[in-house]
Amino acid sequence: MSDLFNKSAHELIGLLRNRQTSSVEITRAFLDRTRNCEPQIKAFVTIDEEEAIEAARRADSLIDRGEAKTLTGLPIVIKDNMCLKGRRTSCGSKILENFRPPYNATVVEKIIGEGMVILGSANMDEFAMGSSTENSYWGATRNPWSLDRTPGGSSGGSAASVAACETPISLGSDTGGSIRLPASFCGVTGMKPTYGAVSRYGLVAYASSLDQIGPFARDTEDLALMLNLICGYDPLDSTSAPIQYPDFTTFLNKPIKGMTIGAPSQFLDKIEDKDVESILSEAKTVFEKLGAKFVELSLPHLDYGIAAYYVIAPCEASSNLARYDGVKYGYRADNVDGMIDMYCKTRASGFGEEVKRRIMLGTYALSSGYYDAYYLKAAKIRTLITNDFKKAFESCDAIFCPTAPSPAFRLGEKIDDPMQMYLTDVFTIPVNMAGLPGISIPAGFSSDGLPIGLQLIAAHFQEPKIIQLASAFQNETVHHHARPKI
Amino acid sequence: MKITPEQVDYVAVLGRLYLTEQEKDKYLNQLDDILKYMETLDSVCTDDVEPMASPVELFNPFREDVVKPSLPMEQALANAPAVDGTSFKVPKILD
Repeated sequence: MSDLFNKSAHELIGLLRNRQTSSVEITRAFLDRTRNCEPQIKAFVTIDEEEAIEAARRADSLIDRGEAKTLTGLPIVIKDNMCLKGRRTSCGSKILENFRPPYNATVVEKIIGEGMVILGSANMDEFAMGSSTENSYWGATRNPWSLDRTPGGSSGGSAASVAACETPISLGSDTGGSIRLPASFCGVTGMKPTYGAVSRYGLVAYASSLDQIGPFARDTEDLALMLNLICGYDPLDSTSAPIQYPDFTTFLNKPIKGMTIGAPSQFLDKIEDKDVESILSEAKTVFEKLGAKFVELSLPHLDYGIAAYYVIAPCEASSNLARYDGVKYGYRADNVDGMIDMYCKTRASGFGEEVKRRIMLGTYALSSGYYDAYYLKAAKIRTLITNDFKKAFESCDAIFCPTAPSPAFRLGEKIDDPMQMYLTDVFTIPVNMAGLPGISIPAGFSSDGLPIGLQLIAAHFQEPKIIQLASAFQNETVHHHARPKI
Repeated sequence: MKITPEQVDYVAVLGRLYLTEQEKDKYLNQLDDILKYMETLDSVCTDDVEPMASPVELFNPFREDVVKPSLPMEQALANAPAVDGTSFKVPKILD
């Protein structure tokens, strides 16, 4: 079967169950596809062909013995910031260029335990800091829909690999939009679950109170299958939520008649792009046709989301990244004169420009005399943003808005203007500030053929509502079936 | 609040980063832009608002106080840039 790489995860599962193909055959199809696409896309940092084929063989013997689990034998790509035992986990950085973790992240343990096949690690902005994947030590990833555009970031490699059919599923992480933005730019389905739903153990920390792992897939059904695997309490993560999760697939293909969708004026008034505006209004019509009701909402503190985020995230980052000192692991500079000189040289040449900028910003905001004016103020505004959402969810099941203010921008377009880059995340950041689940689903195309995503946000642990709405939307539309021509 | 070249130098010391003159200039201007944008936060009244440190209710995940296996020494040292026997080797700290 030569077109295996075009299939979704649930289609591949069907073929595996009926013994119409094998995991080795599927894995080879995706590796071949990857070999063809990578010179243009550059979605991967590391491709593990031999290990992937080995894992596929093990999966096939599980299937032969009747011991297969739901996702056994399916290929997956992991963002380069989740620890893969004994395999390079570089976080897109020179400072971790040769880091081989001595343990697996909890999500990686789950993936291996399920018998999935890890094809390799996906490119990303260094330490997940960026909105374009241009900040990677390994070079920029390109958008499969238009090679001169960014895939979004920071999980650009994870999104581009699914869009280019190099893998059916991938994992990313989302601190301020890093799953949803690239999902929107690359025309795939991507979800940031509720903070605490997926263990962060073994995820390289950027901003610990905002970071969350989540999946990319071709459609909501595949996403629900992946959520079933990765959500769950983990005693190794002190912020993991001790709750029981439902079978997310039971919320697929259900009617949404009578569900209420909130349309926040603070978000919708910000849409300047004509294509984004018209696609949002078409999407609204689809939901209305399916019987959902729209209500107007006000989230008065949303406008302060980006400013508060760019205090809190760099503060946490400056503290988290203090561990990269050239002692226990990672890069160390040569020709040093004493310990302090070693720290400063190592960090100066090991970190890239954006990482240093955020360390500077966070260190400044936390330095003596500025704590109250910046960090404490931002933490209070975070409370106000969260309270706005809580109030909003009293009158609706989910909130509806664009994922991004525009379709994918050009490589190099915003790289020299950090403030412009930061504004890309205007619709996604408030969701992380409040720790809510959010999804981006393909909603249409711009006049020049670039994908545009729609974001749905729900209250804490209300992923089922998002899945129900997204599944109903995808049953009614074909945008998620479109594939880039590469 | 305008950030000064002296503050950039001071913050770089705190963050253990050497910056080139070119980087200092660039960061001075960019941090200034970013901090200016953050001044919008001042217009929000936050009297009587509790600061938020985490989006979830935090609790102490207690466990039994039992010894569990830990990383073997050679694995814990395997990624170190320099090792001396069973120790991480670093440049001299005291003169």
